[in-house]
Amino acid sequence: MSDAADTPVLRARGLRKDYGKGEGAVRAVDGVDLDIRAGETVAVMGPSGCGKSTLLQLLGGLDRPTGGEVSLNGRRIDDIGERALARMRRTGVSFVFQAFHLMEELTAVENVELPALLAGRSPRAARRRAEELLERVGLADRARFLPSALSGGQRQRVAVARALSNEPSVVLADEPTGNLDSAATLDVLNLFESLHASGQTLVVVTHDARIAATADRMLSMRDGALVDETRLSGGTTGRLGALVGLED
Amino acid sequence: MGRILLVGRLAVRDLRRRRVETVLLLLAIMAATTTLTLGLVMREAANDPYQSTRGATNGPDVVAGSAVNPGGRPTELSGLAELAGAPGVVDHSGPYPVTPAELQASGRTSDVQVMGRDSAPAPVDQPEVTQGGWVSDGGVVVESAFANALDVRVGDPVTLGGRSFEVIGVAVTAAVTPYPETSCLVAAGCASGATPEELSGLPAGVLKNPGLVWVTQADARSLSPDPGSLSYVMNLKLADPAEAQAFAEANTRESRGAPRLESWVDIREEATESAADAQILLLFGAWLLGLLAVASVSVLVGGRMADQTRRVGLLKAVGGTPSLVAAALLAEYVLVAVVAAAAGLAAGSLTAPLLAEAGAGLIGRAGTPPMTMSTVVSVTAVALGVAVVATFVPAVRAARSSTVGALAGSARPPRRSGRLIAISARLPVPLLLGLRVAARRPRRVLLNVVGVAVTVSGIYVALILDAFLAADPLAAGVDEAQAGWLRQVLLVVMVTLFALAAVNVVFITWATALDNRRSSALARALGATPGQVSVALAVAQLLPALAGAVLGVFPGGFALFHAINAITGGDGDRVTLPPLWQLLAVVSATVLVVAALTAVPARLGGRRPVTETLRAELA
Repeated sequence: MSDAADTPVLRARGLRKDYGKGEGAVRAVDGVDLDIRAGETVAVMGPSGCGKSTLLQLLGGLDRPTGGEVSLNGRRIDDIGERALARMRRTGVSFVFQAFHLMEELTAVENVELPALLAGRSPRAARRRAEELLERVGLADRARFLPSALSGGQRQRVAVARALSNEPSVVLADEPTGNLDSAATLDVLNLFESLHASGQTLVVVTHDARIAATADRMLSMRDGALVDETRLSGGTTGRLGALVGLED
Repeated sequence: MGRILLVGRLAVRDLRRRRVETVLLLLAIMAATTTLTLGLVMREAANDPYQSTRGATNGPDVVAGSAVNPGGRPTELSGLAELAGAPGVVDHSGPYPVTPAELQASGRTSDVQVMGRDSAPAPVDQPEVTQGGWVSDGGVVVESAFANALDVRVGDPVTLGGRSFEVIGVAVTAAVTPYPETSCLVAAGCASGATPEELSGLPAGVLKNPGLVWVTQADARSLSPDPGSLSYVMNLKLADPAEAQAFAEANTRESRGAPRLESWVDIREEATESAADAQILLLFGAWLLGLLAVASVSVLVGGRMADQTRRVGLLKAVGGTPSLVAAALLAEYVLVAVVAAAAGLAAGSLTAPLLAEAGAGLIGRAGTPPMTMSTVVSVTAVALGVAVVATFVPAVRAARSSTVGALAGSARPPRRSGRLIAISARLPVPLLLGLRVAARRPRRVLLNVVGVAVTVSGIYVALILDAFLAADPLAAGVDEAQAGWLRQVLLVVMVTLFALAAVNVVFITWATALDNRRSSALARALGATPGQVSVALAVAQLLPALAGAVLGVFPGGFALFHAINAITGGDGDRVTLPPLWQLLAVVSATVLVVAALTAVPARLGGRRPVTETLRAELA
């Protein structure tokens, strides 16, 4: 790998998040140190309630840590204001949520173009990019459909396309297949595979070992702390579906 | 019985669970019921002082007087004598001589009609002395409203027709309309309630806004330059006062010099005109407030229903039928409406004495305005109407919703407006988001537009009336004191209207912020700043506010003014419509006030934690 590839895109040191105060306080994330390199796909695994999603929200600046540091592209984001965080989210990171979180009154293409419009791109450029991305996720023919007219897998593919709208440095996916059936899970996995192949940095939180098996690295989390790290060799090559047992 | 108890218990429990919303609901409906009570009570109170005066003075059923004829010739006395013997007449007083003169008092000069009366009490129309005594030679008794306007008291020296007199009394009568709308009793004619411009163009001899004074018959005759020019007035008592109007019509002759007849019903109408005007203002205010209350309650109900989705699901899951669910939801608001009606009736009847003050020309001030059954029924019906109109559709919709969907707490899906979404894509981010927020709930936008339009319509009319009453009360048919009182009534209506409109705007903004929790959080997750989301929530209120303000001026205010004018029989040409700059100022000020009112809820709505909201969505 080149030096540039070795430089962490996303870096966390001593990251901590507490909820509540006094005796009722709960530590959701407990001293996490983490480096994510450009082009890398990292899976974070662990049981429900272990702090995976909270970690992802801290890495993406959606939530504020109680302690520790988070840097994106070498710049601290844990101590910047809400406005700067919002700007950072336009191009630095983007999210794919388990519940898809699409705007119900917007069509697929309108959902995908929204981040570009928020970032100040021209409506024409935003629409062109959205159509390209829908083509890329295989939903060009569903561009004018409302989310309610799409299947779960299709909605998640729209959400992935939306996450790519502003060509972010990192895509953070929180249980992206948690609400999907097997066939839809396979669609999303294939999509992530193509993203990885194109050099997109991905952090995927999941409790599904089959998904984690597709990553370059797998981090295990328990009680808010990272307890294990496994480097996977074949995670990004070959037929993913076969690898994770979703197809013959 | 058990079913009714269950519905009642469910309603009370839910109301107690959301006390703040319950209190707000109560206040919204109560504002309308209080104003309506005031308006209805004023209607009763407006008649009461005249009736008291009529009773105390043994007021006439019909007053026969000099006809106003261009030649200035007085009525033939024989005509009046015939009337005294007409069928149906059981008693009479007079004829009394009346002559025009000029009165100087307190450094002011005014035209007056001087009526000559006997010192002894008359069987019909014996004016009730409220200060001092009754007529005697060299003394003058001044009609009460006129005395008030001139600021004269018993003992004051006055000059009448160039001769010195002393004010020896102040009295009220039911036979003549009080100043400034004083009935014209002289042959030369009068211009009562005329503007300075109108007065300047009058022929010589016509009395300008004359008052009424009583002196002895001898003094009245001596004040007349020519005994042949005296006019006469006779007061008639009928066997059946209810027949007064018919009697007056039957005995009116078109011939020159025939007596002019006026029934007590006509005199009452003119005498209580200012109180009736106040009543009309209050009733219009009540209807405007009623409309606003419907808008407020609809927004509150909409917000509550969204939060009650799960509760509806639970009720259905444990066996509640759709009708039971609808009844439970409706019962909450009906209960609030009944309490609001009772509170409004109490508040209105307690406030009425402060507003229902009779004119100075009448006695029997409405200290305890009557509360009739029709007032109670009308106010309760309006309160229930407001509640049912605002809640019926959401309640039925909730009752018909699927149990599984309700248990999942799935909110009503937002509306899509493709054209607005396309247009908004070309706008800066706050406008883009704001327009889309507004487009998600068109019914709420409509309620917002209606609320602001109703308020601005009220402001438009208030501006016209206030300017009219301040600039030229006489032209409005009232003296300065009555004008001040009417302006107070106007102020009460406007303050109540403003308060309810302000609460309405805050309700709507907060409901919008709550309804858009998810989309606001999502927009922020996708890169919108908290400031942009806050501005978007405010913009979603400001766009309807702007539309409402413009519609409130035209056609809203314009139509409302003309409706009031048509109902009161006013002369709309005598008022000046607000100039363009004033209307633009009203529109701008409305938008600024709405911006100020929405600032806090929009800011709070735009800064809710993103992760909590999105996590709650997942739960």
